[in-house]
Amino acid sequence: MASSIAEISPAGLAQFSRLSARRLLLLGGIALIVAGMIFGDIFAVFVLHQNAARVGAGLTAAANAALAGDSASVAVHLTDVGSFLENRGTKVDTHVHMIDFGYLALVLAALQPWVAFGEKTKRAVAWIFLSGAMLLPVGVFLIHYVGLAYSPLKAIGWASIFADAGGVCVLLATVIYLAGFCKHLQARPIVSVPDGLLAARTITGRRLLSGGLLLILIGFAHGAYYAASDLYRHEELDYSILSNMALASAAQDEARVDVALADYGQLQGDKAVKIAAHAHIIEFGLLAMILSFFQPYVSLSEVWKRRWASILLAGSAVLPACVLFELRFGLLAGALADLGGALVIAALLAMWIGIVRYAGRLDSRSEVDS
Amino acid sequence: MNPARCILLVGGIALAILGMCHGIWYAVSAEHQALDRIGGSLASAFTHAADRDPAQASTSLVAYREAKYVYERQVDAHGHWIGLAMLLVLLGIAFERVAFGEKEKLALTIGLLTGAVVFPLSVLLQTFSHGPFPRALSIGSSALMIATLAITAFGFATDRPSS
Repeated sequence: MASSIAEISPAGLAQFSRLSARRLLLLGGIALIVAGMIFGDIFAVFVLHQNAARVGAGLTAAANAALAGDSASVAVHLTDVGSFLENRGTKVDTHVHMIDFGYLALVLAALQPWVAFGEKTKRAVAWIFLSGAMLLPVGVFLIHYVGLAYSPLKAIGWASIFADAGGVCVLLATVIYLAGFCKHLQARPIVSVPDGLLAARTITGRRLLSGGLLLILIGFAHGAYYAASDLYRHEELDYSILSNMALASAAQDEARVDVALADYGQLQGDKAVKIAAHAHIIEFGLLAMILSFFQPYVSLSEVWKRRWASILLAGSAVLPACVLFELRFGLLAGALADLGGALVIAALLAMWIGIVRYAGRLDSRSEVDS
Repeated sequence: MNPARCILLVGGIALAILGMCHGIWYAVSAEHQALDRIGGSLASAFTHAADRDPAQASTSLVAYREAKYVYERQVDAHGHWIGLAMLLVLLGIAFERVAFGEKEKLALTIGLLTGAVVFPLSVLLQTFSHGPFPRALSIGSSALMIATLAITAFGFATDRPSS
């Protein structure tokens, strides 16, 4: 087994001791990312497309009601559309925040040796961070179902209040870690922090680091291209198509309403796949870079570590590429994108299990030593 | 710790905190109202269309466009600040593996941090002005970010461990 405990310095081992802040943030962070990805996959397969169809149907019904001069029905149908959009928006926010908090947890785990507080304080802050990181996505998920029931506020419900409280916990924990980092920088004489983890340069780590950077660069280039060629055009089209739809309804021109409805559906699809491809390729690139630092903790054979790294990078490239082609190739591209997502989840789970094994071996060795 | 690494790590965490503060402020004080404005103006446009009042329908759609424009940029600024912040911290952790001299590394760091701060800020500025300045700033800062990241990637690629 290439990743043995002996490879990491005693200082590095101490950073990863039982219930240390680094271990909590690392295992908690990966768990958050895996949960967020599984949630995203379930959402994509069972909710996203059905919800888009309902939004389209609601908008069609509203446009037809306007065409018939039935303003009461227009309001009812558009309220339904608003509800479907809120359902979709809160699910996307749950998925995104869970994963991003997981990333932030991993980044903070890597920084722990430079945070100049005692282990007890760092551990308490890690718990605050993880509690907030779980509270916010759960709160956001419940917004659609709880609404404004029993809320003391006019526009914000209890679920939003809890979600915001979760955000404050994460913010507070990050501020405290920044303060600890600044304290380390101000310490005189300058303290050099030995950390075998970050000093280690494994082949798998290099592969993940360079692959991740490449994915991020491609994502940036794609984002720049999207902003230059599509962003403002999409915004203008969104307005002009809806304008056409409303004015054609007022003029009782059914054929023009139908054309506008078809154009609007096409536009929403085009916009959604381009933004999703941009976001996913960058997120996966960040994930690969973060995981590159933790490879010495993955207690798997060197061959399997390389395999899982390659699978993670392959899935990270396949998902955004196939999402981009979903409008052209339909379900086939959608299925391949889901497969890409599944590959990333499998690789991440394998690395997580490797880290748990490492932690177990470390703990059992400490018990034998004591 | 060398200055380049220090700037990336402190700048990255501070930027993440800024992004989170912006997100919490927006969620608490503006997001729900913005979503209500978007939904309300769209509903109003179609209600006026049903009442055969195209002029009012057009006015409501202009309000819808403006509300959606602002909402999307607020969300984009929040997401980009935090995403770029995490990238800065990660680069900071690995920056000793970039095969450039300290001066070049410092210049790269300043470019990365400037791009990461200014790009989302320019997106936010677009909510105050539809003129060319914020858009030019967005193009310039994103180009700076891409160029400095590409050079950093080259630095990583040419690094050879001394052992």
